[in-house]
Parts: sequence; C-alpha cells; structure tokens
Amino acid sequence: MAQVRVTVDGVEYVDDVEPRMLLVYYLRERLGKTGTVIGCDTSNCGACTVHLNGQSVKSCSVLAVQADGAEITTIEGLARDGELHPVQKAFNECHALQCGYCTPGMIMQAVDLLADNPDPDEQAVREGLEGNLCRCTGYQNIVRAVQSAARAMKPGATAPVDTPTPVAGGQ
Amino acid sequence: MTTTAEPTTHGEIGRPRVRKEDERLITGRSRYTDSITPAGTLYISVVRSTFAHARINGIDTSAAKQAPGVVGVYTAADLGVESIGLPCAWPITPDQKAPQRPLLASSTVHFAGEGVAVVVARSAGEARDAADLVDVDYEPLEPVLDMEAALAEGATLVHPDLGTNASATWVFDSGEAGTGGSVADAIAAAESDPDSVVVRRRFRQQRLIPAFMEPRSVVVDPTGEQITFYSATQIPHILRTMTSVVLGVPESKLRVIAPDVGGGFGGKIGVIPEEMLCVVLAQKLGKPIKWTETRSESMLAAHHGRDQIQDITITAKKDGTITGLDVKLLADMGAYLGLVGPGVPILGAFMFNAIYKIPAYRFACTNVFTTKTLTDAYRGAGRPEATFAIERIMDELAVELGRDPLELREQNWIKHDEFPYTTVAGLTYDSGNYEQATQQAMELFDYAGLRREQEERRRSGDPVQLGIGISTFTEMCGLAPSRVLGSLSYGAGGWEAASIRMLATGKVEVITGASPHGQGHETAFSQIVADQLGVPFEDVEILHGDTQIAPKGLDTYGSRSLAVGGIAIVNAAQKVIAKAKKLAAHMLEADENDIEFSNGTFSVRGTDKGKSIQEIAFAAFMAHDLPEGMEPSLDADAVYDPENFSFPHGTHLAAIEVDTETGRVRLRKYVCVDDVGNVINPLIVEGQVHGGLAQGIAQALFEEANYDEQGTLVNATFVDYTLPSPADLPSFDTRVVSTPATSNPLGVKGVGEAGTIASTPAIVNGVIDAVRHLGVTDIEMPCTPQRVWRAIQEAKGRSTQETPVDTHSPGAGLGSIDPNNPQGEVQ
Amino acid sequence: MIPAKFDYVKPSSVEEAVQALQQGGDDAKIIAGGQSLLPVLRLRLAAPSLLVDLGGIAELRGIRDEGDRVVVGAMTTYYDIIRDEAVQQHVALLGQATETVADSQVRHRGTLGGSLAHADPAGDLGAVALALDAEMDIVGPSGRRTVPASEFFVDYFTTALGEGDILTAIRFPKYTGWGSHYEKFNRTAQAWSMVAIAAAVRVEGGTIAEARVGLTNMGATPIRARGVEEALVGQPATAEAVRAAAERVTEGTAAPSDADAAADYREHLAKVLTGRAVLAAAG
Repeated sequence: MAQVRVTVDGVEYVDDVEPRMLLVYYLRERLGKTGTVIGCDTSNCGACTVHLNGQSVKSCSVLAVQADGAEITTIEGLARDGELHPVQKAFNECHALQCGYCTPGMIMQAVDLLADNPDPDEQAVREGLEGNLCRCTGYQNIVRAVQSAARAMKPGATAPVDTPTPVAGGQ
Repeated sequence: MTTTAEPTTHGEIGRPRVRKEDERLITGRSRYTDSITPAGTLYISVVRSTFAHARINGIDTSAAKQAPGVVGVYTAADLGVESIGLPCAWPITPDQKAPQRPLLASSTVHFAGEGVAVVVARSAGEARDAADLVDVDYEPLEPVLDMEAALAEGATLVHPDLGTNASATWVFDSGEAGTGGSVADAIAAAESDPDSVVVRRRFRQQRLIPAFMEPRSVVVDPTGEQITFYSATQIPHILRTMTSVVLGVPESKLRVIAPDVGGGFGGKIGVIPEEMLCVVLAQKLGKPIKWTETRSESMLAAHHGRDQIQDITITAKKDGTITGLDVKLLADMGAYLGLVGPGVPILGAFMFNAIYKIPAYRFACTNVFTTKTLTDAYRGAGRPEATFAIERIMDELAVELGRDPLELREQNWIKHDEFPYTTVAGLTYDSGNYEQATQQAMELFDYAGLRREQEERRRSGDPVQLGIGISTFTEMCGLAPSRVLGSLSYGAGGWEAASIRMLATGKVEVITGASPHGQGHETAFSQIVADQLGVPFEDVEILHGDTQIAPKGLDTYGSRSLAVGGIAIVNAAQKVIAKAKKLAAHMLEADENDIEFSNGTFSVRGTDKGKSIQEIAFAAFMAHDLPEGMEPSLDADAVYDPENFSFPHGTHLAAIEVDTETGRVRLRKYVCVDDVGNVINPLIVEGQVHGGLAQGIAQALFEEANYDEQGTLVNATFVDYTLPSPADLPSFDTRVVSTPATSNPLGVKGVGEAGTIASTPAIVNGVIDAVRHLGVTDIEMPCTPQRVWRAIQEAKGRSTQETPVDTHSPGAGLGSIDPNNPQGEVQ
Repeated sequence: MIPAKFDYVKPSSVEEAVQALQQGGDDAKIIAGGQSLLPVLRLRLAAPSLLVDLGGIAELRGIRDEGDRVVVGAMTTYYDIIRDEAVQQHVALLGQATETVADSQVRHRGTLGGSLAHADPAGDLGAVALALDAEMDIVGPSGRRTVPASEFFVDYFTTALGEGDILTAIRFPKYTGWGSHYEKFNRTAQAWSMVAIAAAVRVEGGTIAEARVGLTNMGATPIRARGVEEALVGQPATAEAVRAAAERVTEGTAAPSDADAAADYREHLAKVLTGRAVLAAAG
C-alpha cells in the first residue's frame, strides 16, 4: 500500500492505495467520482480524461500513486457555483453527445484544448481531440460545440453560446 | 439549461429541441452499469480460451482457488450448467442447424475468447489475478476460418455432431413467390441476347466490431424478493424473458434494468454468457455479482458484425433497363448462432433490389459456422450489406454500359408518382421521392463541377486523383409487423408498448418499452407527448429501461423506437384524450360530442367554456365527481403493432481524393440528402445521420477484424482496430427532405441506420472511381492505403498484359469488364 | 483492465533510483511518463515486481541550452519539448516529430527519455535522435557514460541501457538554420507510424549542403538513411533530384510486414515519403 494525497474537484483526500491502482479506478471506486468512465485498456479512447495539475491526462494511464500531491479536476468538478462550464453548455446546445459515454473525456479534453488555443479552427479542434473516440456523433457536432464554446469564452463575450442552427430542416 | 426560455405547449414536433438527457451526461451524473455497486458486491473474471479450436483435456483451478480474495473458481461442471444453452430466437429455416451455445465451454472451445471458467473474488483485480492462475490443458484442433473451405467436402467441422458447417440456406425466388419473374430465365435470356449485358461481381463484407464506447457490464443483485439485474443492454425486456427461458428463473422474479447505456449499434442485442453466469453465481452465492469487460475482452467475445461473401449477378438491356438480379451469399455466423444472428443476412434479402424496379430477383444465403467470434446485428443489420452490393454493381453496370452512374440509377428507380410500389421482394414501399433527394444532393455537391475537376486531374496525370462516389439507398425500418416476423419464423413479435400516467399535479409520465442507449428518446418522445396532450415539453417525463417501471416492451434496434414505439405513445395519448373528453363533458355540463380538444384545453364548441387537461387530471385524481361508470383515472396503455415497415431513403455523394503514390484516401466532401419522413427533432435527426455516416465510412476505409491463420483475432485493441478519431473525418453536409410515411399517424420513417447504410458504398464507389481509369475495378474493404496502392500496381501490371480478362476483377474471377476496353464484350 | 501487482518506489535522486533498480533486480522496471508502459501492464503483457518512478527527480526534467548542444532531460514531457524555444530554434525536427506523437493527453505525460528507452521501432523519436546524432547520457551502477544514438538502439525494444541504467538526458547538436520535416504515415491520426521519415537539410543557394535522414518503423530499430544523405549532398533541392536520392532509402532496412503494410509497401512508402520529407525540409 502507498499513501496518496490529492485534491480532487477542490476537496483534499488522503488514502492508502495499492500501487497498481490506476487513477481512474481511484476516482471511481474510492472517491465515487463515477462521472469519469473507462472505455479501453490502451489509452486510445480518452473517455477517462481528467485534468492533472491543469493538464489533460488519460486517468487510465496514470497510477494513483503517481498523482500524489496533485490537483485533479474531473467532469464532476467542472461546473462552478452551479453554473455549467461553457464547454458543457455548448455540448448540450450543439447536440454534441448521444450515448454520453465519451462525453466526460471529450469535454475535459476540449477545455484543455481551449486553454492552449482559445480560437481553434476546425482542423485544430479535430487534431486537439484526436485522442478521444466517439462512436455516436461522427464528431461534427463536437467540433461545432468546441468552436461555439470558444466564442462564448472570449474575454468580453456576452452573447450566449450559439443556439443550434441545424442544417437538417424540417422539410 | 435549455435554450428555449418559454415552455411551449404546441408545435413541438419539428423543433430542434436540445436534449433533456444531456444535463446528467455532461456533468458526470451518469449511471452506467459499471458505476452501480451494491454493498457486498463480488466480481467475476472469465478465463478465456487463447485457442480458436481446441479440446479441453482438463482445467486446474487449484492455484486460482488459493489466490488472495478469491471466493470461488468454477467450470461449467462445477456450476452444473453444462446443459444450458443460450438462445437463438431466429430459426430461419425449419432445418436450421443450431449448436448449443454454452455459458462456459466444457469439452471443446470453438473460438478464441470463449469462456472456460469463471473466478469470483472480492475485487476485480483479484478476480483477474486468479484467472491468470487457472491452468487449462488444451489440445489444439484445426481452426475453421474460411467460409468456402468450411463448406467443402472433408472440411474440419466446427460442431462435428451437426455433420456440416452449413447452418441453414434461406432462399427467396421472385418467380416462385409470384412477386416477379425467374432470374435463371433472365440470365439465360441476357446471355443469349446481343442487346443485353450480364455483370457478375464478388464483394466482401469484412468482419466488423461494433465497438460501442461503453464496455458491457452486468450487475446481478439477488438480495430482495426479485433478482435485480442491471445490464448494459439494448434489450432489457427480451433479456428478462430469455433469462427465464434459459435459467428457469420465473419472469416475475426478475427485474431487469438497462440504466444509462453507452451505445449499442446492435452490439448490445444479445443474451450473453456473462449475463447468465452473473445470475447463476448471484443465486449460488447470495451476493451481488458484477462483471465489467475490458476493451480487449469486448473485442474478442462480444459479437461482431457483417462478414459476408456476396456473389452478385445483374442483367440489363444495353439501353440500361435492369432485367434481373441474382444474389448468392455466404454469411459467417462464427462459432455459434447469436440471438438474431442467423436472421441478419435475411433482413438484407428484401433490400438488394433497393429503390429499383427489377423484374426478376433471387436471393440465396447460406449461413456458415467458423471458429471465430459469433456475428450478430450491427448497425443496419443486413441492409448495409444489401445496399453495398446493389450500389457497387450499379456502378459496375454503368461502366459496362458507358453510362453516367446517376443517370442509370434514375432510369431504373421507382418514380415518385409510382408509390405505393410493391417490389420484386414483396414489400410495399409506401412513399418516397428519389428524384427530389437526388436533385438536391447533386446541387449541393456541385456534381457537374466535380466531374469537370476529375476530368482535368485525369488529363494532367495529377498524382492526386478525384473520385465521385454515389449511393442511393432505401431500407426497411420500424421492425416490425408481427405477422411478417411470424412468416420469417422470428421468435417474437414486433409491437411496442407505451403507457401514459396523468399525475395529480398535471405532470405526465410516459412509459415506453423502447430502451434508448444514446438516441434521445427522452427528448423526442417528450415532444410527441407535449404535442399530443398540449402539455409543456418540460412537464413530460419519459421512463424506460426498467422492467418494473416499463413492464412491457420489445426494446430498441432496427430503427424501431420512433416508428413503432412512438406510435404506441401516440395511441396511448389518444386514449388519455378520449377519457379526459368524457370527464370534460361532465365537468362542463356539455355533450361529449360538443367537446373539442386543442392545445391542452377541452372546450365546448362555440363557447369560451373550457378545462385544461391538467384540471381534468386533477379532477380524475380527486374522483369526487365523475361521470357514471367512469373509473378515476385518465391513464392509458397502448400496444402498437405496425402494419408495414417504413422506408426511409436518400442519396449520398462523396468526393474522394486518392493519393496514387501512397494509396492514401482522403474524403474531401460528403453530401447526403435523406428522406426520413416527418422529423420530430431535426437536431437529433442530424446527429443520427452524422454518426451513421461515420460508422459507414469507417467500414469503407478503416475497420476490419483480422484473424491470423491460427484463428486469433490480431487486432483486439483500439491500438490496432482503427476507429476513426475526430482528425480522421471531415464535416458532412447533411440535409433532409420529407415525404411522410403513410403507414403511421406521425408519418415518420426512422433514421438510426440511414447514414451507415448509404455511406459505405458511396465511399468505395468514390475510391474506385478515382482510380478506375488506371484499370482498377475493385478494392476490398476497408480501402486501406496498402490495398489502394496494390490495386493500382496490379492494374498497371495488368494493363501491360495482352489478355487481361482473367485477372481484372480481384476476388471475383467471374469477370465481365475489361478495364482496357470498358465498352467491350461481356463474358 | 487492472495491472498485476507490483511494488512502487519514487526516488528523489538519480542515485537513489539506480540503487532501487539494483535492489529490484531483473523484475524492476522504470516508469517515466508511463504512456507506453501502463497499457502494457494493463494488458498484462508484462508484470514487473517493482516500478521505479522517475517522476520525483527534478533534475531529469527540463531543457538546457549548453552552447553547441540542446540538452533535454529524459523526463521532459512531449508537451514541454514542443513549446521549448531552444528546441524550436536549434532542433526543430525534434519538436515537429514530437507533435505527431499520439495525442494531446499522452503528450502531457509522455517523456522523451521514456520513449527512447522503450525503443519501439514504431516510436517517432528514435529516428530523430539518430538522424540528428544525439547522445544519450546514462547513469548506472558503474557511473556515468554517454552513448551516441548510433550505438543506443540495439534491437526491438532493446537499447544500450543495461540493468540498473537510467537514461538521464539526451544531447542534441544544434541544427540552427537547417530546414526540417517529419513525414508520418499512419492509418488513423492516433495510430503508430506505419512508416515515418525524419529529415533535416541545410540548403545553400538552392543546393543541399548537408542532410540527415532517419527512418521510423523500417526495421527492428530506428535507421539512419545514410545512402539518401550521401545522394542528397551537392544536389539541387528540386523534386527530381530529391526523388532520385530517395530511391536509396531502403538500403540497410528490414521493413516489417503486418496487416496494414507488407514490407514491399513499406519500402515503397519510404521512398515516396522520403522525397516529400526532404522537399518539405528544404522548404
């Protein structure tokens, strides 16, 4: 057993864990942070993405012990004071999720991407999300959501996130 | 949270409502099965065969039993489940050969990944540690991997007791069915007619892995009066019934819950060994039992999709009129028959003729056993395979005849004024307008402009060549009229159930037997109910996926939720309104015939007197003053059995760039115009189309489950099984047009599978179109850079040969088109 | 999936780490960023008894400009390498290749030292280290030594690192003013390289004065395409000349065959991609 001391979504925890415990299992099983999910064994799908000391990581490819002393933000800690993060809002408004399983990772990676590049073009969004797989959406609305969130997050932006303007009309 | 500030009580249908279900999913308040862990839960790990085919000489569990945290280690014999078989609900022929599909293999393993023992431990890690200590003595047997070899005389048999590797052969012949002429006659006539052509091709539908993002997971809690059974499944209701059939647990003692389910695409239609093992072990140990698969376990053991060899013959007059279509399929079932696996190719039987008027048609499919993972439904199930074959061969026929491929299609398709149209396969298409969808698609795509660019690139010998890929499609959706399923010997009906509960406070609970796993039922169904009852969208709660809450249903697959489940909801709403009308008349002291219902208000015709549906619901709850004989409830149930399938259609166009130096394919532009009938929620429709396109494109370009010579799946992780990432796909230009379905009151058709069905042939046709002038006539899927490059190399080599007729269609050998002389003689 | 059990130590100095590795013996394994190791452990393709985490050793992190060299600490993450000014200015090829590695999340954790020590022939950075004549600083039970990249890569997943050895830093000569390009060919964006070409050239008045070319996944180790380099020097930076030189790229290679690419296709790709890489590098 090894001791880890971490701050997750603003709360400090101290726990003894087996060295082999992956960070994602620690979050899910010890802390009950089941919002972060597991989609693969090989760090391809990105569903488990969280922020570790302000950078996105795949929590299935980090040992809990490696995170000792770290500050972690999960999808459950993204909204502040009851207010959804602009990326969360944009995912809803642009219909950027269907089954929702990839969504926590997609959102966490999108937030990281926008921190590095506040005004990404379509290609930059696609490349910034290349480590996140989605089987439902075909990614198009995810890209749209990230760009929409980028506009909403611009300093001084007052306009709400884009209302959906689906290409598919009723007729 | 929604973008619409004001609650709305009418005009909901057709609005791009953002989804109700999103808020929990974007904040991590999701509830997928693996997130459910009742107190005292024990975890299982399944010991899986590393061999495709082997005799089990012994299983030594002694070391595993000693491992830390282990509660028990069991073989099939230890559990007494050797004689239990998992269900196949679709005997496609009376003589279908169906082996027992065990919970754990006892004497022989039939595919790599099949379970042979199960470990129960206090943690998932300990269960897996102990599973590694189970020592199985295998005696390897010859794997059976190739369908044609499997059917040959003297082949190794997957199940020797069946005496054959052929499970069943299913035939439809329009001549015999009386729905058209004889194909044999049509081919004979074409062969002897200098004004006709015969084009034969062999196509391969590679094996695919559904790869839903949420790995399958099961939790069975035996504490309490009912066994509570959580599963990441598309089919909680069917699972409950089948669990009773398989294990003898009374259906009334089982409560099956499909909580949030992370995608299915057909891959979660099934009654799987691990589900049954969890039930058996929960009963045996009296503790909750949990199983969550790893991704590689999922790739190995969850059912795969597609995997067909298609031999297609089409005959036509030289003026382009199609005269006959013959389809011979081999479909790889894998080692066992899945729940509906044998029927998957049969669903395609009705779709090979597609949107075309074909006077003679024959379909024959033989289902074959191999020592591979079993196959079953995967998005589109039978219909993508059919659409691929017909749309590929339409392009080949166009080349043969020297015609524009779109023009040739138009010549043969059913015109908009010919609906309803009964096809050569015996289905009646109720509505559609192929001209309209195609016209719009061509305009959006700039078909003429891209053809000019293609010509220019060909002329200049540009290393990057441009191809234009075309596919039209129709599909049978809304599975299914029960009488049709009966005629196909399917083991269930095709109805769907709904209930509506009018709560005292005016809120509405709607119960559906459909079971969503990402489709947005909660939103779309709320829109329907809000319109029907004239209540605010926000006041409608959709309940589903729990057999104790939604006791009746047939679940979600085959684009049936809206076209069948949605209509059940409409019918239940109509019953609520009929009851409310009686009470309204009583309250308003008017004759029931004078009561009108509109926008949630019952009013007396010609007066301003009225009562809202909420007031009436409250009055029914109070029950102080009801009409004579009326029971105090507005609630209603409905079960809807469709009269007919619905038939969405569309035209898809793809501009494909092929780097002829590397074989790399780039999808530059994709346009599709789909007719899915009336649209409840355009946002959801668009999302379904996008996702479907991505999956169909992935079949064309990226995905294939590869087995080596020993029968081992070599790409059993996401490292090797290359799902497209956001950086591998472009944005699509998707539109809808609508000719309402006439077979249901909402005029809806279904959209879940459309994108997947049409995009695969559009992409492959485009890739081939880009390099056809170099002599390429076919490229197997997925069109990987290597395959495309090789096809070009082979074509180059061929074009220097003097008599290339034998080699010009890779994989076919049946030949028809000489790439050097496309207008030439047909064999 | 959950890895098999192991013990774990997180030393705070290189010396402690060497000691821990020695005590751990054969079954001890270093974990750097863990982005290759953890998937391997999760699939239970390896089961070390001890993991020695280098994440607590501050001196292994960071990039220093040492006059004629840029020295990258072995535990420097891809993310930091891509954004480093000295790298961008003097070893641009390293930054360009690093940007193509895996995906953003992996680049936040993965390290240059970890990648080189793992020595996956499909990994992108070995070819860069080799092409650019990098040197590896190694600390082990017998002290410190420096091994040139040309001697570092021994075989599949095998390097000159012995038991108890730790790669501490990678020294890159400066290629200030050179043009460079990393041309990667893979099935999907996040897939490993099917073939990739690391190219750096110094062009003088339209003529290639010097050239460095490294190959990814064309053999059991990264490979230096010396034949191409020779053929390029003195040639004009034109498509025709570069393509002709690229024909020599398969010299000394032993391209693997797999489902995505048989050896002959890899060889063909190497030629095409070498031409493209060098032309892009030459600007």
